[in-house]
Amino acid sequence: MTPFHQVAGVAAPMMAPNVDTDVIMPKMFLRGVDRSGLGEGAFNLLRFSGGKANPDFILNQDGYRDACFLVVGPNFGCGSSREHAVWGLQQLGIRALIGTSFAGIFNDNCANNGLLTISLAPARVAELASVIADPTRNDVAVDLAAQTIRFDRGRRTMPFEIEPVRKEAFLTGRDFIASTLVYADDISAFEARHRAASPWMF
Amino acid sequence: MAARTLYDKLVDDHVVRNLDDAGLVLLYVDRTVLNEYTSPQAFAGLRAAGRKVRNPRAALMVVDHVNPTTTRRTRAMPDDAAARQVDYFAENARDFGIEYFDILDPRQGIEHVVAPEQGLVMPGMVIAAGDSHSTAYGAFGALGYGIGTSDIEHYLATSTVRYRRLKTMRIHLSGSAPIGVTPKDIVMEVIRRIGADGATGYAVEFSGPAVSDMSVEGRIVLSIMIVEAGARGVVIAPDQKVLDYLKGRPRSPKGEMWERAAASWLALASDPEARFDREVTLDVSEVAPLVTWGTSPDQAIAVTDNVPDPAQQDGPDRRAAAQRALSYMGLGPGTSIQSVPIDFAFIGSCTNARIEDLRDAAEIFRGRRVAAGVRAIVVPGSTQVRAQAEAEGLAKVFTDAGVEWRQSGCSMCLAMNDDMLRPQERCASSTNRNFEGRQGPGARTHLMSPAMVAAAAVTGRITDVRALLRGSRQ
Ligand code: SF4
Repeated sequence: MTPFHQVAGVAAPMMAPNVDTDVIMPKMFLRGVDRSGLGEGAFNLLRFSGGKANPDFILNQDGYRDACFLVVGPNFGCGSSREHAVWGLQQLGIRALIGTSFAGIFNDNCANNGLLTISLAPARVAELASVIADPTRNDVAVDLAAQTIRFDRGRRTMPFEIEPVRKEAFLTGRDFIASTLVYADDISAFEARHRAASPWMF
Repeated sequence: MAARTLYDKLVDDHVVRNLDDAGLVLLYVDRTVLNEYTSPQAFAGLRAAGRKVRNPRAALMVVDHVNPTTTRRTRAMPDDAAARQVDYFAENARDFGIEYFDILDPRQGIEHVVAPEQGLVMPGMVIAAGDSHSTAYGAFGALGYGIGTSDIEHYLATSTVRYRRLKTMRIHLSGSAPIGVTPKDIVMEVIRRIGADGATGYAVEFSGPAVSDMSVEGRIVLSIMIVEAGARGVVIAPDQKVLDYLKGRPRSPKGEMWERAAASWLALASDPEARFDREVTLDVSEVAPLVTWGTSPDQAIAVTDNVPDPAQQDGPDRRAAAQRALSYMGLGPGTSIQSVPIDFAFIGSCTNARIEDLRDAAEIFRGRRVAAGVRAIVVPGSTQVRAQAEAEGLAKVFTDAGVEWRQSGCSMCLAMNDDMLRPQERCASSTNRNFEGRQGPGARTHLMSPAMVAAAAVTGRITDVRALLRGSRQ
């Protein structure tokens, strides 16, 4: 996965609650056997209408086209497990999502691909969203090692929490399968005990 | 040892090792089921890294999402992209040595219907699979949950997933359901009360007399649909009904092994003193048949109610979301939901296309006709369910009523095949998601029970099924 250290850029507010993965990546883009072409798919039915960019959609508006952060409402990424949603956001240039809560499978999918999700208290998310709503004050810098978000032309800083193991994985861009395979003997030993206790499962 | 919930016990029983001191563990997974659209990139990853599937016998591959459901079944897919996915799926099954049910296999169907039918799901297992509704297996006392493609690849290579322990929620259901109120209505009532994120971050245990009274198939409906409140895992303590369901299934244990397994399964339960992080209770005798009015599964009302006013929602973001949902759905505040005409009626999906669901729907269709201007289709949850419904005469009831009787698949639940609504078409649907565009770009979905879908199909508008039930019994 892509490592994450420091990223600075524009953030787009998308504050609706329960934005689901059908909306993030519509089904028409789930038809491949690889990960290509998903940047076009991301938010496709909101971004485009009748083949043209929809001016109402935030990422089509001046000041937000090149957003690398989304500031989002609660339970972002709910619904279907489709990891295509995460691949598509990344192909669109999104590096981190900042919100109050993320749906479980989506959050894991983000972690497995190096798309950082930052959870903050609702008042903090609201503060950030209100500042970035003004395109002239929209500059956000996320520093993972320091666990800070700097915004409002560098005038304000917010700390954020992240579990140490997760942080380390994002910083190093860890290959989870390779690191689990280090425990291959533990897995085999567990399996032998498990088979002895519940032989019908095998 | 401190009192533990059933969820805690299942996790404890599968921990290979701890990965940190805050609940991140390497969790052994007993089974998976793979489908053709969330698995290809996982297999591609294995191929690129030269890795094998560690335990091919623990996996099953079923084509269900992209296949057509038209009456005459062939191996042909609706288009080249679907054909490519299915071909690659078959190639992966062959190259990695995994059991594969192709589209013509009599055991084919929606993965969450097929896995229990085949006896692949057993109490006490952990089953992680590449579909959010893998919580279905909670109905059997297995910990089922959904994972993305990267974690499928991780599982296939290692038989494990990296797993962070969840908070626990108990949903206690008391009372007995009134006539016309099904497990679908009960779980929709829970979702509307706790919200679409009410169970985000939680593993849910359903308990109480109304759960004990419910059939195993009813419990599957609860276990699947509670995902729409964000639940990431579901468990229900297994009982004799679960054993009766599993006995004699192709992959269920036999003979002396069955006796040993059954004894251990009946012992699986939360300790009486176990504490849950959150408790929710519902008296199901208060539940009415429910219908969604919006584009999130928690936007639901009793069929006798009117569409709510977005102004009543909490906070500007929720008000804006409700406003947007109403305009997408083409509804105004205060509209009686029963006055809303439909274009399409869909009975299908892993939530509500098992034999009991088809019996419920058939009871409404028997002796009636689909209303003029409405198209109705029934897509059974599996090819076995289809055969059983034909043997019981249900298929004839459907076709006599003017309903299309289809082959099995996910079909219009997510419309990845050729079953798709046109923009603005309105559908009464027995599925689990009413998201924008779910059944086709611009399509309008109203979630409800299979019997309620049948009632809407025969009257041409959203209808309180209880009126028809009384009518059909006179
Ligand atoms: S029927 Fe619907 S919810 Fe169930 S597995 Fe298929 S697409 Fe998913």
